[in-house]
Amino acid sequence: MIEIRNLHKSYGKLEVLQGIDLGFEQKGRIAAILGPNGSGKTTLIKSILGMVLPDKGEIRVDGQAIRQQWAYRERISYLPQIARFPENLSVRELIAMIKDLRGGHAEDELLIRLFGLEPHLHKRLGNLSGGTKQKVNIVLAFMYDCPTVILDEPTSGLDPVAMIHLRELLNEAREQGKTILLSTHIMSFVEEMADEVVFLLEGKIRFRGSLQTLKEQYQEENVERAIAHILQGKQAVEGNDGNSQTAGYKLQATSLKPQDSRSFTPHLLTPHN
Amino acid sequence: MLKIMKYTLSDLLRSRWGLIYLGFFLLLTLSLLWLSGDVSKVVISLMNVILILCPLIAVMFGVMYFYNSREFTELLLAQPIRRTDIFWGQYLGLALSLSLSLLLGIGLPFLLYGLLASSEVLNFFVLVSTGVFLSFIFSGLAFYIALRNDNRIRGFGLAILVWLFFAVIYDGVFLLSLMLLKEYPLEHYSIVAAMFNPIDLSRILILLKLDISALMGYTGAVFRKFLGTGLGSTLSFGVLVLWVLVPAWSIRRLALRKDF
Repeated sequence: MIEIRNLHKSYGKLEVLQGIDLGFEQKGRIAAILGPNGSGKTTLIKSILGMVLPDKGEIRVDGQAIRQQWAYRERISYLPQIARFPENLSVRELIAMIKDLRGGHAEDELLIRLFGLEPHLHKRLGNLSGGTKQKVNIVLAFMYDCPTVILDEPTSGLDPVAMIHLRELLNEAREQGKTILLSTHIMSFVEEMADEVVFLLEGKIRFRGSLQTLKEQYQEENVERAIAHILQGKQAVEGNDGNSQTAGYKLQATSLKPQDSRSFTPHLLTPHN
Repeated sequence: MLKIMKYTLSDLLRSRWGLIYLGFFLLLTLSLLWLSGDVSKVVISLMNVILILCPLIAVMFGVMYFYNSREFTELLLAQPIRRTDIFWGQYLGLALSLSLSLLLGIGLPFLLYGLLASSEVLNFFVLVSTGVFLSFIFSGLAFYIALRNDNRIRGFGLAILVWLFFAVIYDGVFLLSLMLLKEYPLEHYSIVAAMFNPIDLSRILILLKLDISALMGYTGAVFRKFLGTGLGSTLSFGVLVLWVLVPAWSIRRLALRKDF
């Protein structure tokens, strides 16, 4: 269970989070945190983990305020956005090290088999491809049985087989009643996996609700188009007449970086069949 | 903290740079012993190398290691581990690996040469321990600089500047001030000024132990009088310990406030 109250964070003049209020109380649900690059997704996730220290506001995990605490992280499985590890260690040594540091029971062998990592166990992490590193990352995140699971871009670099296994792991975690937060750029993944969506824009929550509500509010067939609507600043449809859509473009959506190839925008705004 | 230290240490001891550092000291000491054959002369030559090289390598290696292990640090930060333990563990691992390279690189050739039978054991001990002190002090400063500066170029620049300041500039300014103030009694001033530079302090300690302080003239006599006494030795040792503790404490303070 995570409660976030009035969370503010700025880096110099850049206000990344501007008063976030969020609660994830219901167990067994997957919440997708969405938003363009620079909207504060990663900052929000890192604040929950205590890696980023908020300027104002409070975060509670399982009822306990987390400021300057560390032991609560035992109850969180975290998958960081970029999987980069000490290059001199082998995969086996890295997993052993995390197990040694955390202690307790870990399901690493099962996950290693699931993702077919056996041939890579003795390779140095510096020699692994991006996709394989991401698999190691997933093994590290899922090998402990924690009530809260936080995944920052879990799909990046994964092949289709690994994607299927990731979905299975997520579904299993949901069935076990875990609270799951994930951020991703892949809208089809959100549509398939998420129970609810939190959409961040310029450090504020622009939408929170189920996928169904999102689509209904913006009268769209799929999530991608509905989100494109939020980005373009269109108003949600009020009432049933469907005429109240006002195309109010907001040009100060400066956090979008179209030159960035990994950007959220082109993906969202390309016509989708 | 000990676990993090252990992993940092094993990571560094296996790295190419750690081995090069060890190899350099091995080769240098072996060739010096081979060429001169006089243990006390070798100690003086090594002193000059250690006083310049240990701080330089520690400060550069420290900054490099910190920046290179940033992602690994983030991985650790997401684990149920105290922040202070992560950074102190990494710092101790780094300083220990540098100290081990120094200790093995210089110690092994000396042992082979029959150090234990010679009268230079104590001098050798002072030499190595100042080297270890300098490694700890300057890797602590490096970690502090790297924690403060996310910009790598600036971090490396500052690290070189810090080394340059203590190894070269400080002495120049110190000498200049002695010349300008030569009308005044300078004994206390020079002793205090030496305390503020760990490299100078180490140099003086070694020279005093080598019993060649007479070569340093009047100042040497002053230092001999002050540092030769029990109080002097304890004080200078204490100052070196402070030079280790202050950066280490600053690392903790910064680490607790920093975003990753």
